[in-house]
Order: sequence, then C-alpha cells, then structure tokens
Amino acid sequence: MGVIYILITVSLFIAIIFLLAFIYAVKKGQYDDAVTPSIRMLFENKSTKNNQKPKSLDK
Amino acid sequence: MASISCYHCGDSCDSAVVYLNNNAFCCNGCKTVYEILNENDLSSYYDFEDAPGKSPKEIKGKYDYLDSDQITEKLYDFKDNKVSVITFYIPHIHCSSCIWVLEHLNKLNTAISTSQVNFPKKQVRITFDSSGISLKTLVILLNSIGYEPYISLEDTTKKKQKINRSLIYKLAITGFAFGNIMLLSFPEYFQTDDFWLEKYKSLFRTIIFITILPVVFYAANDYFISAYKGLRHKILNIDVPIALGISVLFLRSTYEMVYDVGQGYMDSLAGFVFFLLLGKIFQEQTYSFLSFERDYKSYFPIAVTKIKGKMESTISVYAIKKGDRLLVRNNELIPVDGVLISNNAQLDYSFVTGESLPLDKKSGDKIYAGGRQISGAIEMEVLQTVSQSYLTQLWSNSIFTKGRPSAIKNLTDRISKQFTIVVLIIATLAGVFWYFKDAGSVAQVVTAVLIVACPCALALSAPFALGNMLRIFGKEKIYLKNTDVIEQLSHINTVIFDKTGTITTAQTNILFQGSPLSSEEKVGVKSVLRASNHPLSRMIYSDLKAVDFLKVEAFKETTGKGIEGMVNGDTIRLGSASFVGAKKANHMQTVVYVSINGNAKGYFVFENSYRTDLDKLFKKLASNYQLGILSGDNEGEKDTLKSLLPKGTTMIFNQKPTDKLKYIEHLQKKGQRVLMVGDGLNDAGALAQSNVGLAIAEDINVFSPASDGIVDASKFSQLERILKLSKATLSIVKMSFVISLLYNLIGMYFAVTGQLSPIIAAILMPLSSISIVVFVTITTNLIAKKKMKHDKYHIF
Repeated sequence: MGVIYILITVSLFIAIIFLLAFIYAVKKGQYDDAVTPSIRMLFENKSTKNNQKPKSLDK
Repeated sequence: MASISCYHCGDSCDSAVVYLNNNAFCCNGCKTVYEILNENDLSSYYDFEDAPGKSPKEIKGKYDYLDSDQITEKLYDFKDNKVSVITFYIPHIHCSSCIWVLEHLNKLNTAISTSQVNFPKKQVRITFDSSGISLKTLVILLNSIGYEPYISLEDTTKKKQKINRSLIYKLAITGFAFGNIMLLSFPEYFQTDDFWLEKYKSLFRTIIFITILPVVFYAANDYFISAYKGLRHKILNIDVPIALGISVLFLRSTYEMVYDVGQGYMDSLAGFVFFLLLGKIFQEQTYSFLSFERDYKSYFPIAVTKIKGKMESTISVYAIKKGDRLLVRNNELIPVDGVLISNNAQLDYSFVTGESLPLDKKSGDKIYAGGRQISGAIEMEVLQTVSQSYLTQLWSNSIFTKGRPSAIKNLTDRISKQFTIVVLIIATLAGVFWYFKDAGSVAQVVTAVLIVACPCALALSAPFALGNMLRIFGKEKIYLKNTDVIEQLSHINTVIFDKTGTITTAQTNILFQGSPLSSEEKVGVKSVLRASNHPLSRMIYSDLKAVDFLKVEAFKETTGKGIEGMVNGDTIRLGSASFVGAKKANHMQTVVYVSINGNAKGYFVFENSYRTDLDKLFKKLASNYQLGILSGDNEGEKDTLKSLLPKGTTMIFNQKPTDKLKYIEHLQKKGQRVLMVGDGLNDAGALAQSNVGLAIAEDINVFSPASDGIVDASKFSQLERILKLSKATLSIVKMSFVISLLYNLIGMYFAVTGQLSPIIAAILMPLSSISIVVFVTITTNLIAKKKMKHDKYHIF
C-alpha cells in the first residue's frame, strides 16, 4: 500500500503547480481585462490588400 | 431625397455628400480618415462594424503643450531614451473595429511598436520609440483617424495606482485548500476502524494541517484585522464573530489532531473562509469604464497658452498667476476666472450647470472657469488662480477633503452586535450547565457552540443580495458605486433635484411668439440663418420647417448682436432686441428677435424641455418622499414647474454651488436623509454632501461629477423604482438573516447537546451558505422582474 504515498505526493504536486500557474497568470494581469481578448481573437490575420477594393465597390 | 448615411461615421449626409470609391461621406474629415486607413492597408476597419468611425476634430494648436517635456513627463507609464509607454483614455472606443484599428497603429507609423486596447476601460496602451515619433505627433495621428485621446489635468496628478489582486490570490489558495482538505478528510468521516485508515491517518492529518496554515494566516487575515479594528473602536462588527469562529475552529481542530482526539473541523474551516471570500468578490462589482470619483481635474486641461507681448508660451495650469494673459482656442476650456479681453465669446457651461445654450460674453465681462469657448479663439486676463476660482473653490469644502462621516453602520454590523452577544451568552450558559453535568466536556461544548455560531450564512446574506441587485441595476444602465449605496437608498426620505440638465433634457423647445411668419418669410429667415454659425442660429435653423432656400445677399454677422441679410429684397434681421429694433419682451429665457424690413415680427423663445414622465415620477414620489428642486438658474421657469409638479415641492432658485451644498447640509441637520439627483459640476458639492448622490448622464461616456451612482438619462423615470427595489432588497436581506439564524439554531442544538461531529459541521456549513446564496439570488431577481412588470402595467 506504499503506493498511496506516491499518489498523494503526485496529486498534491500537480494541484500546487496549477495553483501557482493561476496565481502567476493573475499577477501578470492576464485576468484584468477579460473582454478585449475575446474580441481580438476573432480578428483574421489576413492581408487585406487583395480583397479590399472589390468589397468597397460592392456597397 | 432618401437620407444617405456616412460610410465612416454613420451620420446622415444632409448638406454635402462627398463620394470616394462609391462610398458616401458626410464631410471631408470622414473622407480623409477613410483615405488614411485605405492607403495604409487598414480598410478592414469597416468590415467589422458598419460606420464605426468618428469625424476628426479640428485641433490646431491644441496639443502644442505636449512638446514641453516638463508638462508631459507625468503622462508616461514608462520612458527612457529608446522606449516610451503611454496609456490614453479614448472615449470613442466602442466596437471591435476600434480595437482592430488601434491595435494596428504600427501600420500607420513604424515608430509605434505595439498598441494594446483595454476595451472595458476604453484605454489604449501604446509603446513607441520617442526618437521616431513625438508624443504630440502621436496624439495628432490618433486624432487624424478619429480617435482623439482625452487628456486632462487629472492625468498628471493621479498616482500610478496598483491594482489590488490579493483577494483573488486568497480565494485561489483557499479553494485549493478547501478541495484537498475535503478529499483527505473524507476517509475519516465514516469512522471505520480499518487497519488501512489507522496506518495513514497521521499522514492525512499532517497534510491537512499544513494546507490550512496559509488559509488561516494569509487568506483570513482581513477578518482578524477588521475585527481588531472594530474592537478597538468598541464596535462589534460582523468580523468579530467570524474571527472568533475561525480561531476557535483552528485551535480546537489542531488540539484534536495533535492529541489524536478526533479528526478536527479543518474542512469546515476551509469551506467557511472560501464562501466568505466568494461573497466578498461577488460584492465588488466594478464598472471599470466609469469613475465615481471625478472632480474638476478630469475636465480641466493640463496646460494653457500664455501670451506675453507677442510671444506665446505653454504653461501648466497650476502656474497661472493673477494678471496673466491667456489664449483660449476654439473648443478649449476656460481654466480660471478672468476678464474677457477679446470682443466676444460664447461660452458653453453645459457640464457645469447642465444648461445647453451657450452664453454670450462681451469684452470686459467676467468669465468663470469651466466654460467651453465655442466661437473661435479668445484672449482673457486672469483674475484668480485655479484653486481659487468660483467653481473650483467648491472642492476646498471639508466634505471633499474629509469625506462623509463614517458613522454609517450597515445592517449586517447592527445585527452582528446582538448576534455576538447572544452567542457569547449561550456559550457561557452551556458551559455552566455542562460544568455541573460533566466537567470534562465543558471545553468541547463551549468551542462547539462558538463553531456553529460562526455567522457564515449571515455574513453572506448581504453581499449576495446587494451584489446581485447591483448587477441587476447595472444591466439597466443604473450604475451604483457599491453595495452600501443600495442600503443608503432604502433609508432615503427626501429627494432633491437639480433643474437644468437633470429634470430637463439637453434638447430645447423653440417657440415662436408674435405675429406668425408666413411660409415665404420662414424660407427667408431660414436662408439667412443658414449662413450663420452661431449655435442659436443653428438650433433655430434645424427647428424651422422650410423647404426652399433663397439666395442671401449682403449677409452680415455682428457678433454678440445678431445677423442680417437680404432675401428677395427684404432685409431680415435676427438677434437681440436692440439689434432688430424690437421692444424688449419681459422674458427670463433666451430669446432671439426677428424683424423683416424693420418691422418687428416677434421672437423665438428657447424653452427647457422637461423629461418625459417627469410629472408621473414626481407624483409617484410625492406620496412617500419630500421633494425639492434646487436650481442655479433664475426663476424663469417657476410657473411652468409649479403647474407640472405636485404641491409641496420646495423650489429654490439662484443657488450657487456652495449654496446647494449648504442647503443639503441644512436638511440633514433637520434629520432628513437626502437623495440628491444632479448632473453638472455645480452639483458636485450637493452630491457629495447628500446621503446618496446620483448623477444623471445623457451619455455615460461623458464625464459626470463625483457621485454614488450614475444613472443613464433614459432611466430617469425609473428613479422611484430604484428606491423601491432598494427597499425590497433590504427586506430580502432581513429575511435571509432569519433563515441563517434558523441554521445557527439547528447547529446550536447539536453543539449544546455535545453531538457536533465533524461530519455534521461539514454538512451544515456549506448547506446553510449555499441555500442562503440561492435564496437571495432568486428572490432579488424575482422582485426586480415583478417591479418591472408592475411598471409596465401602469404605463399601458
């Protein structure tokens, strides 16, 4: 049954890593603005040069 | 002609439509922005939203002061020889297009390395190479694409505030401890005397003990500090029983573990702290795009242009001395009191008084700080420094330096006083009883009583009920500063309103009095008005319904007097009574006279238009509250108001900003609890002095004075509902107090009879907390909905 020592150590270790990762992320300000990134990720990184002309002509 | 809306800003293109690439623009400004973006491969700007833009403003010379390092030094977040970082507040940020274009600024200028938008705060943080682009050029660049940053005096005086995130750390650590301790406590709940359990019990307990330490000594430290502070001031606040509960739980559990008496209550302890911290976070609803702490500094410019001989120089606002000559450009703010030297000025005091009509000033007139010059550049001589000016003097009042007396104790604290006393009595009685019955278990019973008496559910009632109501208000564009405001609102018995801008709207009714104008005359008048740029002319122009335009000859504008022009051979004059040759009518409102060929025709009266449902609102309020109007204006509207408002409404006119403050103070001395509703900077004193000060804002993004809450003008008629809901919320809090006391009673039964096992504590504690949270959340949502329906019923 000595395996429980290993299991508890491993599980606590992982839990602590997650806790520290979370605290690090908060400290870096990643949670300060929860709105902008959600909009930003929807922007496409396309080069707009090619399809920009026809689009504005359509309107 | 069907109305064409501008491709860039969405305004309707009335007069002149400019076409480019088949897109219509309302003005050259909008077209230029489009061209800039198009040339720089940024035209996706128009893909995300329709017409996201804003026409850039004329800013010639406005930002000259940014060339002076002394003045701009404090604006930077960071600056060295190579890299500069600056954060701008840009009010126009409102959609995804804005984010996109502002984060691609580097395409417009290579010296800008990165720019990042914080959407809720409407800020953009720009990192740039100051040798490649100067701050002034950067600001001008932003303005050229319609994103003018707002830079005010406040930016130079604010301290770089650190965001306090400790509450989140605490919650994270406690959550971690709560989960793990629960897991490790579980085997012992079932008290099997397994060989297996016996073997690992000490390991589990050691880990539990280590995990609980940061919870008690770090995460819960606020409660100990607050309890200590309370006790020192001889106040039994809610944190006293909480701190007592935490320490008893911790000490007793430690004792049990060390002496192997039992497994302890560490899981309950971690859960308890976890729920309390959750409540704290829930209560902290912040509207990051609003500020409730603004004073005149948010409005005032950083620097002004001083004229000495023929030299113009930029000086900081604080460096203005008496006798200086200042140049105030178009759309700039008068920073200090002074005397007008230029011939004419038109000052818009709308954010001071709420009055939307500009005032005409002549050479030699005294002009007060806070007005915005709207007709070209003027020169003025300074009479007072910034801090001694008429308006800014208000902030030297003690209400701004000391703040409100903190005697206001909230409901929770009042209850907790009695609660703590009762708990201590029960603990003593139980202790005495068990001393005679079984002296050995006295300590056990007394500590058990203190453990179950832990006012977890009690402490959660108010944060969740008020916090949830704060959120409901927020969704309806009623932004309150914090949960205490709701509680204060429920005690209000007097409501005082400012007049201009608060119960009136920014729009003005224009009436014509005199012999009615024929349609030809109307066309003539409108044609003459068309040539004038005076704000009053523009207003009459857009109000007059005439289709045609005729050619105007010999147009002449005499500033401060009026305009004249020839239409079809008729001389039409508009302006002051003496200018047009009319008899002066006895009017308190703003009036523009008209004469045709020297015959006085009558005059246009600019009347305040009152908000819709104003009379209904007052009628509803009148039954429960004492009402009053506190106006800085003359008595011109007194009769209209009298007919509109219920009898018994106090009306006081000609009030200076400090008079308003004094009046509120006077009411409070008589024992009234006052709600002040205002809008302009001149109400700032009254808003601060009153028990609750609410600011009405036509546009939430435009600054409103420091207050306890900002209410969107469209929700003005909801004021009575806000008061009612606040009262109802407080009753809900009281109800949930009763429920949580019942839980305490059940727990008390187990404690006094000496049966409080860890598993009962572990069930009772989360059960009571969660059920209270569910109860208050559901009931607050229900009453908000019900009150809304009720209102609808009234309207239809």
